[in-house]
Amino acid sequence: MTVESTAARKPRRSAGSKAGTTTGTKRATRKSAPRGEGEPIQLLTPEGKRVKNAEYDTYVEDVTPEDLRGLYRDMVLTRRFDAEATSLQRQGELGLWASLLGQEAAQIGSGRATREDDHVFPTYREHGVAWCRGVDPAKLLGMFRGVNNGGWDPNGNNFQLYTIVIGSQTLHATGYAMGVAMDGADSAVIAYFGDGASSQGDVSEAFNFAAVYNAPVVFFCQNNQWAISESNEKQTRVPLYQRAQGFGFPGVRVDGNDVLATLAVSRWALERARHGDGPSLIEAYTYRMGAHTTSDDPSRYRHDDERAAWEAKDPILRLRRHLEATHHADDAFFEELESESEALGKRVREAVRSMPDPDRHAIFENVYADGHALVDEERAQFAAYQASFADAEGV
Amino acid sequence: MAVEKMALAKAINESLRHALEADPKVLIMGEDVGKLGGVFRVTDGLQKDFGESRVIDTPLAESGIVGTAIGLALRGYRPVVEIQFDGFVFPAYDQIVTQLAKMHARALGTVRMPIVIRIPYGGGIGAVEHHSESPEALFAHVAGLKVVSPSNASDAYWMMRQAVRSDDPVIFFEPKRRYWDKADVDTEAVPGPLHKADVVREGSDLTLAAYGPMVKLCQEVAAAAGEEGRSLEVLDLRSISPIDFDTVQASVEKTGRLVVVHEAPVFFGSGAEIAARITERCFYHLEAPVLRVGGYHAPYPPARLEEEYLPDLDRVLDAVDRSLAY
Repeated sequence: MTVESTAARKPRRSAGSKAGTTTGTKRATRKSAPRGEGEPIQLLTPEGKRVKNAEYDTYVEDVTPEDLRGLYRDMVLTRRFDAEATSLQRQGELGLWASLLGQEAAQIGSGRATREDDHVFPTYREHGVAWCRGVDPAKLLGMFRGVNNGGWDPNGNNFQLYTIVIGSQTLHATGYAMGVAMDGADSAVIAYFGDGASSQGDVSEAFNFAAVYNAPVVFFCQNNQWAISESNEKQTRVPLYQRAQGFGFPGVRVDGNDVLATLAVSRWALERARHGDGPSLIEAYTYRMGAHTTSDDPSRYRHDDERAAWEAKDPILRLRRHLEATHHADDAFFEELESESEALGKRVREAVRSMPDPDRHAIFENVYADGHALVDEERAQFAAYQASFADAEGV
Repeated sequence: MAVEKMALAKAINESLRHALEADPKVLIMGEDVGKLGGVFRVTDGLQKDFGESRVIDTPLAESGIVGTAIGLALRGYRPVVEIQFDGFVFPAYDQIVTQLAKMHARALGTVRMPIVIRIPYGGGIGAVEHHSESPEALFAHVAGLKVVSPSNASDAYWMMRQAVRSDDPVIFFEPKRRYWDKADVDTEAVPGPLHKADVVREGSDLTLAAYGPMVKLCQEVAAAAGEEGRSLEVLDLRSISPIDFDTVQASVEKTGRLVVVHEAPVFFGSGAEIAARITERCFYHLEAPVLRVGGYHAPYPPARLEEEYLPDLDRVLDAVDRSLAY
């Protein structure tokens, strides 16, 4: 054993060394895996009724009405941003868009559970998590518009680049977490992936490396039921959260449309990681209401009534019902949020339309950190070729 | 001067030891690299001296080794990972090509990937299937990677030191059939750039260009041709991406003839790239077409046939004769 024997097993500094992005306060961590197998953990019913959960209520007991309004605001603005991006794709402003519609609670709940010094490894649909990390939404659109292949500093908000190749980032997250443990730091790492990615070898390898080295990483699987056109039954014969057991760490299924439950379960898993208790797997059971991407046609592989059934469990509607029933939000709040949403949509639209195309010479930038003779040669050839047009125009 | 005669494998071991001592962020990772010291003992003794958190025995999972190394690099570490044999790199090929090679560009230069991937490669040791391949062209074709291969102990020592210091990912192909060849290593020398080719024997009639395991063969060829009164120049390319075409060009402008020798299949191999570039650069200096000697477009054969498959003295001399006959 390597990492485990040096750092990860040591009781590390307790949480709270930096101001977090979360609404959380310090809580005693729990060593054992909470229950939650079988029925997903749920704290808010689809009707917005708060239900008790002895295991997880302690993780959200500090959540104030203002925090609840904040979670609601996050989900509404994320959905608005996502809708705007979908429209921009339809208008030809983006080459592609991967919508998160329906997955707002899974992303906002887990994203708000992270601390500023935690590190997030997303797939390409984590727009809500990016929002929680403070990444400018316009930054997310660069690769979809085709002006770059990533486009932000992963260390700026501890939010790594979107990853297109399915499941690759779970290994990066695990390696990063091994480094966190070796550094003796008490931050945590969270890796996002989908139900389809669970079939990839890299995800199984990540689970195994994380378990073997006791790495402080949370594997957050958004099971949105469909991997493009393939349903869960084409990906797995066992519930996904149960995979963790075979690797030697706990797995929990949470109602991924319940932002409060997702927040609670994510806090449990992240605190476990911070306290040196190793990896865990969260399966957020949710639904992708839209297409896989804008190039997809879900009507070819799923029925409308399936979507209708999930719309009844809509994550935003659920929290709104709760806020209204408990009088934690009034009409003015909702109206103000509506105008804020419109302003966000307008800002995103303008940001995309005014996004400059990259300089043509950017093809040769950042291919190598230390330079490369062939790149230098081809850059010079390219520049000379481009300059030949300028000369011709000059004549 | 601190000159010591050592085997190529030992030279890499000493180089890694230096890297571990010099920088606490350097890590060694791979299957069996710890207690066993690697199947070729290249990492022998390093875990004993630097501990299990610096020299990390990993699960048997190549994609996992490279994928977690990427994460460690993002955290500020400098992993040197070992792929046990050439033919085992392919489970990791996805991580190397789709992730490692592109991360620096995708992040607009804000992150660096100082990872060295060591791959013992090539044939000639009578191994079983998947233990004798030369996949260097597959990596050289990928922008974002650097690909190098030392041919002797001194280069092995210095090129590894430079590879570990590089902020770019370096695929470090080690000629396993030369692991036990000894040479003087000056550990206090000032090395030339990592990508610079060496003229290892001067000549005037024809240029032989090779790297890794084939450099020694080409020196033997030049010696044999010398006995027949022919003066062959031998180049050790050392780096396959980038290739030091300036040195090759200068040599060909002098000799007018070029034969490229490598173990990998000739078809779409590094020899094809060299032939094309040198033809572009030296068309009016060439007295003969650039010829290539290498493996065939067939799976690497069973050990009892590898002598037929691999370039040897006669096959290279035959190419030399053909070139000189123009």
